[in-house]
Amino acid sequence: MNLSYYLVLAAILFTIGAVGVLVRRNAIVVFMCIELMLNAVNLTLITFARSTGTVDGQIIALFVMVVAAAEVVVGLAIIMSIYRTRRSASVDDANLLKY
Amino acid sequence: MIDAPDFSFAALSPLLLVLGAACIGVLVEAFAPRDVRHPVQVGLALTGTVGAFVATLLLAGTREVTAGGALAVDGPTLFLQATIAGLGALSILLFAERSLDPARSAFVVSAAVPAGSPRDRELVTTQRVQTEVYPLALFAIGGMLLFVAANDLLVMFVALEVLSLPLYLISGMARRRRLLSQEAAVKYFLLGAFASAFFLYGLALVYGATGSVRLRDIREAVTAESGGVLMVLGLGLLVVGLLFKASVAPFHSWTPDVYQGAPTPVTAFMAACTKVAAFGAILRLLYVAFGAAEWTWRPLIYAAAIISMIVGAVLGLTQTDLKRMLAYSSVAHAGFLLTGVIGFGAGGDGSGLAATMFYLVTYGLTTLGAFAVLTLVRDGDGEAGHLSQWAGLGARSPLTAAVMSLFLLALAGIPLTAGFTGKFAVFRAAIEQGAWPLAVVALLASAVAAFFYLRVIVLMYFSDPVADGPTVGVPGLPTTIVLAVTATATLALGILPGAVLDLAGRAAIFVG
Repeated sequence: MNLSYYLVLAAILFTIGAVGVLVRRNAIVVFMCIELMLNAVNLTLITFARSTGTVDGQIIALFVMVVAAAEVVVGLAIIMSIYRTRRSASVDDANLLKY
Repeated sequence: MIDAPDFSFAALSPLLLVLGAACIGVLVEAFAPRDVRHPVQVGLALTGTVGAFVATLLLAGTREVTAGGALAVDGPTLFLQATIAGLGALSILLFAERSLDPARSAFVVSAAVPAGSPRDRELVTTQRVQTEVYPLALFAIGGMLLFVAANDLLVMFVALEVLSLPLYLISGMARRRRLLSQEAAVKYFLLGAFASAFFLYGLALVYGATGSVRLRDIREAVTAESGGVLMVLGLGLLVVGLLFKASVAPFHSWTPDVYQGAPTPVTAFMAACTKVAAFGAILRLLYVAFGAAEWTWRPLIYAAAIISMIVGAVLGLTQTDLKRMLAYSSVAHAGFLLTGVIGFGAGGDGSGLAATMFYLVTYGLTTLGAFAVLTLVRDGDGEAGHLSQWAGLGARSPLTAAVMSLFLLALAGIPLTAGFTGKFAVFRAAIEQGAWPLAVVALLASAVAAFFYLRVIVLMYFSDPVADGPTVGVPGLPTTIVLAVTATATLALGILPGAVLDLAGRAAIFVG
């Protein structure tokens, strides 16, 4: 099967994630969109590992997963702290800092 | 059987010192009794950062690639590591200041308690201090030291996250105005994670185009012109990710919000150290890996430099909050720094690298000092950041006003201050490479930006003090040291810049 299908799929997933970050308003959903982007990158890496015949891509994908897990820990902690104060996780409500 | 890579522990000692101190700091946090934690943590953090600074000085002249080719310890690495470690130590001193706030610290006692709750109001006035910020700051500094040494895109990505994640957390830990601080943390986190996803996608595309993430292998592939469109796309995404960290317009939208909302010592730390680290990585990526494909990134950097200078200077004019104003100043300075990046020239024959590194030192010291002065001027609700509150400060506290004026003049680039020497160096480097239109825009932007710096000085000296104006706190030993060092260095680098310029010039050779 042609490997470029995987690359196109990954590019579509990455774009969906990027658009989601820009249009969605709930901080949790925005964060999930970022995770989608990271997973699209993983798919790209695995595909390239296959096509270039090197194992680096697979190892990098593991690193990305570990970093994404660390990011979840920090991110959810920050979103939780603001949610407990405001009772809302909408990024539109967080509007004290502007201009 | 896979052989373990060779590690040159001596060459990595700055990194190991800081990260080692950070790990010990986590243990101290877990096991030491609460009343001894603060002095122990501050001592540990200072030992780590000052130790790393001394280690980089002892290593001067080292040129090697270690850790299986993943890390490069060369002139630019050591120069920038020394800068980061030195500025990091000064930031730790600002973190440790205990005599300015009546509650003895700029950081919230317990970040988990909801802002505004009865428990929170109770805690805001206690004498308890929170010490988790020191290990977190050390991890961030460790990540920055790794970032400028990374000779491999994967290491660069991991370092980017190691430096960013603690920063997201500590920018949400202000003791006062907690809502602003939490909001800054959320914005910084979401936008930062978004930008790292772009960096990562760029990494994946470059890997696909060249079959490796080592900068040396990428350079060979680029020289052989085997990359194609995939490589150019990947390079673009990598640069976007890095420009975000360096708060270059049009990727600067987080900068004013985060700089304003974060606790001021953290803002000082971010403004000074993150900038140095991000530009170190940008320079290494562009010149070590993609030096032969200069035509692909030069227009991009050129445009980003112009946009950044204009956006920073023009939007800086409209600000009424000093921290926000300094944030836009940071965006404008990122543009000036990119002028120096352009001035490195094809094949690295220009003086741009030395000029950029020197500029990073001067900008880091000056902006750190300016934020340190901001922590002194306070009203009942913490720091008085609004411009109107600074009216007539020259009459009430001549010394504070004089020191602030020095930093503002340096940021504006007035002769006999460090800012002038730095600007002169980067503009000259750009002009030598034929980028004179960039230098013209930079001069115009400097003139516009000078207006809003001078406006603060005029306000301090030529306006009547407001009736219920802010009080000027008497700084404790840590802040006094920071102010003395930064003010002296700002003057010294303006009047006698020769030694440091010379050092930057000699350090300015990348090892592949």
